[in-house]
Amino acid sequence: MTTFDFMGKRKIAAVVSIALVVVSVVSVIVMGVNRGLDFTGGVRVEMGFDSAVTAEEVRGLLTGAGYTEGVVQNYGSETEILVRMPPVAGMNQSDLGDRVVAAVREDFGDVALRDLQFVGPAVGEELAENGALALLVALGVVMFYIMWRFTGKFAVGAVAALIHDVIITVGAFSVFQWTFNLPELAALLAVIGYSLNDTIVVSDRIRENFRAVRRGTPVEIINQSLNQTLGRTLVTSLTTLLVLVVLLIVAGEQISGFATALTIGVVVGTYSSIYVAANVLLTMGISKQDLALPEREGVDEAR
Amino acid sequence: MPGFGLPGRSRGGGPPGRVAPWRYLVFALVVTLGGLYAAPNLFPPDFALQIRVDNSDRNVDHDLLAELADRLTLEGIPVIGTELADQGGLIRVADANDQLHAGALLQEHLNPLGEERQFVVAFNLASTTPDWLRDIGAEPMTLGLDLKGGAHFLLQVDMEEALAKRLNDEVEKIKDMLREERIRYRSTDDAVQGNTLSLSFATPQLRDRAITVIEDEFRQPDYLLEPTESAGRAGFLITVQDSKLREIESSAIDQNLTGLRNRINQLGVAEPLVQRLGRARIAIDLPGVQDSAEAKRKIDKFANLEFRLEAAANDRPSEVEQWPYEGRIVDLNKRIILTGDHVVHAAQGRDAETGLPQVDIKLDSRGGEMFHEATAPNIGRRMAVIFIEHKSIVTTQIIDGERQEIPESRADKRVISLATIQAALGYTFRITGLTVGEARELAFLLRAGALAAPMYIVEERTVGASLGEENIERGMIAVGIGFSLVLAFMLVYYKVFGLIANVALTLNLVILVAVMSVLEATLTLPGIAGIVLTVGMAVDANVLIFSRVREELKSNPLAQAIQAGYDRAFLTILDANVTTLFVALILLTIGSGPIAGFAVTLSIGIITSMFTAIFGSRLLVHLVYGRARS
Repeated sequence: MTTFDFMGKRKIAAVVSIALVVVSVVSVIVMGVNRGLDFTGGVRVEMGFDSAVTAEEVRGLLTGAGYTEGVVQNYGSETEILVRMPPVAGMNQSDLGDRVVAAVREDFGDVALRDLQFVGPAVGEELAENGALALLVALGVVMFYIMWRFTGKFAVGAVAALIHDVIITVGAFSVFQWTFNLPELAALLAVIGYSLNDTIVVSDRIRENFRAVRRGTPVEIINQSLNQTLGRTLVTSLTTLLVLVVLLIVAGEQISGFATALTIGVVVGTYSSIYVAANVLLTMGISKQDLALPEREGVDEAR
Repeated sequence: MPGFGLPGRSRGGGPPGRVAPWRYLVFALVVTLGGLYAAPNLFPPDFALQIRVDNSDRNVDHDLLAELADRLTLEGIPVIGTELADQGGLIRVADANDQLHAGALLQEHLNPLGEERQFVVAFNLASTTPDWLRDIGAEPMTLGLDLKGGAHFLLQVDMEEALAKRLNDEVEKIKDMLREERIRYRSTDDAVQGNTLSLSFATPQLRDRAITVIEDEFRQPDYLLEPTESAGRAGFLITVQDSKLREIESSAIDQNLTGLRNRINQLGVAEPLVQRLGRARIAIDLPGVQDSAEAKRKIDKFANLEFRLEAAANDRPSEVEQWPYEGRIVDLNKRIILTGDHVVHAAQGRDAETGLPQVDIKLDSRGGEMFHEATAPNIGRRMAVIFIEHKSIVTTQIIDGERQEIPESRADKRVISLATIQAALGYTFRITGLTVGEARELAFLLRAGALAAPMYIVEERTVGASLGEENIERGMIAVGIGFSLVLAFMLVYYKVFGLIANVALTLNLVILVAVMSVLEATLTLPGIAGIVLTVGMAVDANVLIFSRVREELKSNPLAQAIQAGYDRAFLTILDANVTTLFVALILLTIGSGPIAGFAVTLSIGIITSMFTAIFGSRLLVHLVYGRARS
């Protein structure tokens, strides 16, 4: 077992965490999050051409046809084009994509429609609201469960770690202006699930050691717990990152944002279960008295 | 390590190294069932053609299928098999290329050029699951549209409109009842406000009489009927209660669903899915459909009516149109008095006196007013009823040397009656001059065509077949590589324990696939990502156990260390997984479609990985170590 003095560096970790959170929040406020079609509404068309085509050619064509707003770019390869358009006022929205495809086909011949997505503005707004609500509900449910299974201090520590992870993951998307869509939101919730998993394993060991170890300061006990769980934390993070990197490389553009969000979340989540959750526990002055629950112990052991 | 010598080593319910036999039994059962129900996914489906009757009088039967199979064989396309399915028949062929050729040949064979389509020929995939597996209900997972290509629409039903239509109907009903009892009410245009309807009367006495007349019809718990007094006027207010509102919404959605299904059946789609989603939405999945624009045109169109006056002598020629009616030409004014959009109800009936067939039509309040305004000054003139049927007709034509199915939505308009206006017409009236059959058809089509409420598309996703194939291919490669890497890592890092974890992980994957197949869950691209993620995270439980066992080994003999490791890790695993499951279930509630697929695989994966890690790998460890050394 390693004997790393994790908590000795807790001040540095706190500074790093706070700095990252501040940068993320500032970035989200200043630059915003590049919300994708799922949340803004609009049209997104992916087309496959027979031969290489530049975004400029297609953009010129669409501008000529009267579609001035929107983004045209190569997507994945030179033969694929992605067109994104915001909702256009006073137009039958649901036909917009069809008309774009028709306009392109008129000039380029038989262009394959690979993916067409239309989201009405109302649906987008609704999804954004539901998504934000889901995040809050998830955090709330988790907090109550940990309060029930552990104590209030652990719940605060765990939720602080989760909020930390979510903010930094969203922050990364804001800083790099990556598109944030429904799959990325799903990834965010999966990050909560993953990071929580980690935090609970660590918390569980901290609780156990607080009850079992007679001597030692809270810092020592937490250090010991973190070292005991370090192997498992690293192995699980490693296997998870392994598959995420595979997803990122192999599974194609459609999944890349999702895999990116999860990868960031898993890295930050691993860090936060070591530093944020435990740090908060220490800051709140966790002590043996907090965990002296003989009845609970009895129930656990008599399984 | 101090502090781990806790007493109570025998928590597992028996001496270490011994496992109750029922555990082996349950485990063996789950593994066998998992294997069986996951198995259908190993059989790649056949390419097939689905044949369905469109306008033909002939049924799809064994004779027809045999005839078609002969025809294909004659052209050098081997037929693997034919069978009758739920809707029509299936003809299996060898590959995608044959499917394409066979499709064209069958089109040619079944649907003569330039005529209305006799049969629908749709491309499909036919399950190759062996019969003995199908007999126990084992089927492969369904693939989402992002994996097999196709169009998805989400339609919003305008519920306010549906409610307004329905409540106006109720107002008319009340007025009828009051007229019958000769109770005078003050006429008003805004009787319906949101989910309430109100009427006012000259005196409180009249109001009270009115209430006695209608209170039986508008009673709790569907309605709340209260007397009101506003600005010195006596009246009553009926508030439609929530339960009734839900009922009205449901019936509106049902009516729209029926209309949609009728129309979608006209499309050559193998397995369309039309279902209600939430309170006011309808989701449509059309697998394999590439031309979503065409599908959209079908979805919007319905039957309708137009009412127009016969042209008068002083009408300008530019206002007059000629229409055929009963073998002659009649002149009609171009102005449309009213359309069938305002029809609330249509029923076939008979005239009480003459016994002649008629169609009773009820209009909404605006329609009634418009109708009254148009007919009152024109008593004595004749009015034509024009029936418009938006039929989706598919003809086969040769374009650029290629046979193509040209679907079009043709508005079939014809004058169905031309009758003299006897009196000013209002909300309810009848159309006569029809045969019994015509009356029945008109009533039916008006009902089927009349939407309870307007609908509009709020979401669309169309995935091309090529992207679908690419998605599934890439997804499977990702699962394969991710899985192999994790297996290799575990083996190198944990040796024998790693091997056991790998067996558990493999079983986990098998059971996950089996559960998804049994639940008929839809596999989507994010769903595949969920499986990959599960593979990465599922080792966690085993890792937790193993690191615990390794620790215990420092102070305990092997068998006891194993026992203690499992026991101590159990609650941690449970806590960690239950919370993750909460999050996955919350995720299920926000997204539909692909994201729901992710939430589903993640949830199922968490449960199966807990089972295989805690239940399965423990048994394996006991099998390998427990017996030998305890």
